[in-house]
Amino acid sequence: MKRKSVLFVRYGVLGLSAVCIAVGLMNQEHLEVMQKAVKICLECIGVG
Amino acid sequence: MSGMHRGRMKGGSGKRRLSFQRTVQLLSAVLVNGYAAGFQKGHIFTGGTKAVCVPVLNCYSCPGALGACPIGSLQAAVGGMKRHFPFYVLGLLMLFGIVLGRVVCGLLCPFGLVQDLLHKIPVPKRRVPKKIDRPARYLKYLVLLALVILLPAFAVTKTGVTPPYFCQYVCPAGTLGGGIPLMIADPALRTLAGALFSWKALILVVIAAASMFVHRPFCRYLCPLGAFYAVFNRFSFFQMNLDETKCIGCKKCEHICPMAVEVTKNINGPECIRCGMCKAVCPTGAIASGFACGAEKPRAERLEEP
Repeated sequence: MKRKSVLFVRYGVLGLSAVCIAVGLMNQEHLEVMQKAVKICLECIGVG
Repeated sequence: MSGMHRGRMKGGSGKRRLSFQRTVQLLSAVLVNGYAAGFQKGHIFTGGTKAVCVPVLNCYSCPGALGACPIGSLQAAVGGMKRHFPFYVLGLLMLFGIVLGRVVCGLLCPFGLVQDLLHKIPVPKRRVPKKIDRPARYLKYLVLLALVILLPAFAVTKTGVTPPYFCQYVCPAGTLGGGIPLMIADPALRTLAGALFSWKALILVVIAAASMFVHRPFCRYLCPLGAFYAVFNRFSFFQMNLDETKCIGCKKCEHICPMAVEVTKNINGPECIRCGMCKAVCPTGAIASGFACGAEKPRAERLEEP
């Protein structure tokens, strides 16, 4: 794969990840993650 | 045979010391599951850091877990009451992926460490035939697509919320890190364990047993997080590099590779977990690794250099 293409993908994905995180934070998705993570997930531990 | 690399190296005084990989793995396991009081008291951490996904497969119901599991969080976002595109979790996963690639698997993942330690048990090691191994590697992508994304997104239950299919029916890290410690500490939870727990315990036992004979079977064939990061290996800032001018073709790197990667042909392929074992064993120092801010030079240009 051409060097320029690799660089483009590398920095492009880095930028896109920053944008996604910013959008997620504005939508308060991190609070949703926290709401799920601070309770025992009965499905995850095999209780269902 | 693959996986016979010693985790310890002899220092100058003759004392054995831990390898860089093992040291980082242990530190990561402790950092990610640092809430020691949780194990003692049988409850999980509820602090603010649980809003942040860790880069590794680590159940957020593990009593020690200080962060959120990215795969669990992804399913919760896609299949939860609000049912939305998971910008935050996906953004974090892309960030980890593009910076590190599968270094997360090789150096940071606690369940990877468990498999590595189990592989040290002295039983005859087995090499999975290529005819089975190569197609089976695609199974983890199917797990990612079906159990983590599609089913949580579309297989809605009557309540309007979909269960986290991968966590509920497959994830051995949840059983080992979450289920077992919580059930040891809380007798009431033990009474709730039924067929589902038996199924998950069976999966854990099979993977643990397989780990003794084959290196990292879960990482090779089932881990959806590994599947996600694998896509980024080619482009990530962290890269492995093989200097073909120094390589003597001894294949020691390929013999020791826990993921059976053809190191001399495709060192930055999707199956490489960047554990560094190949680098440690190379007699000529032909293998290097590090962060590359620019793109690597093509092979022809590198060979032309004096």
